[in-house]
Amino acid sequence: MQKPQMKDFYGFEPQSRLFLGTAQYPSPAVLADAVRRSGVEVVTVSLRREAAQGLTGEGGAGQAFWSLIGELGVRVLPNTAGCHTVKEAVTTAQMAREVFGTDWIKLEVIGEDDTLQPDVVGLIEAARILSDDGFQVFPYTTEDIVVGGRLLDAGCEVLMPWGAPIGSGRGLNNPYGLRTMRQHFPDISLVVDAGIGLPSHAAQAMELGYDAILLNTAVAKAGDPALMAEAFAMAIEAGRQAYRAQPIEARDMAAPSTPVMGKAFLS
Amino acid sequence: MTLLLNGEPQEVAAATLAEALAELGYAGKIVATAVNGEFVAARKREAVRLAEGDRIEVVAPMQGG
Repeated sequence: MQKPQMKDFYGFEPQSRLFLGTAQYPSPAVLADAVRRSGVEVVTVSLRREAAQGLTGEGGAGQAFWSLIGELGVRVLPNTAGCHTVKEAVTTAQMAREVFGTDWIKLEVIGEDDTLQPDVVGLIEAARILSDDGFQVFPYTTEDIVVGGRLLDAGCEVLMPWGAPIGSGRGLNNPYGLRTMRQHFPDISLVVDAGIGLPSHAAQAMELGYDAILLNTAVAKAGDPALMAEAFAMAIEAGRQAYRAQPIEARDMAAPSTPVMGKAFLS
Repeated sequence: MTLLLNGEPQEVAAATLAEALAELGYAGKIVATAVNGEFVAARKREAVRLAEGDRIEVVAPMQGG
């Protein structure tokens, strides 16, 4: 039997299947350490208002961050975090493409503030506009396979369903739905994005056949972010290997692993 | 004229977006811009003339998840 192959991301095939967010670290040095120790090749980045330097003397935060990313030598995946409308998301993506010099965009259109659940209707519309404009869209979506199909119709070649609400650390809220999504889109690159809290959550997603894990808070807010990043990298690799090795099916009743044939009769 | 720069009122003498950015200390910085919600590419900033009350957004790379 042929082993399941891992898939690429718009032609890019990373060795590391951990995509790491860059926010919330105690310091830029800790972020850099986490990236280096885990072997991460893709990091997510964002855009925020830049203060006018001539006015306040406080400008330049973004310039320093951009220098750090350059030193790390990683590929960037800009996001549209915080966008609630199609127009906001599209304009943010256009600005991100110019600043970061990449057609990649992690497309978020948020529909609800308590759960940060994606507005999938707006997401599909924005994905179509951006794909038509040459973007390579990584849509932050749910495990809904009908929505997934619409996103592929809109031009996406990658889908990024949530594991759980952003920053919640709950792991995979709906493993059944994620498994169904994997089976429904066998040839599409799938990334679990958001809600991961522990390396075991990430391993579970990889065992289901997901192609990468995108997370931020679980590493950035850990007591030792670099150590946690390394733990995630190991768990993701273990889960990936397990998927390629084709795990056994769970069953309800016991099945003896030690052969019964030839056992001494002692009663 | 008075612009709304990143949500705050800002007085400028500039007539174009490119001039306004220079006047406000953004020259040479890695930033992207939007005027009244529409993206303005760097190469088009000189051609965009500003009007009283225009909403200017100037963004730069930042940490994100």
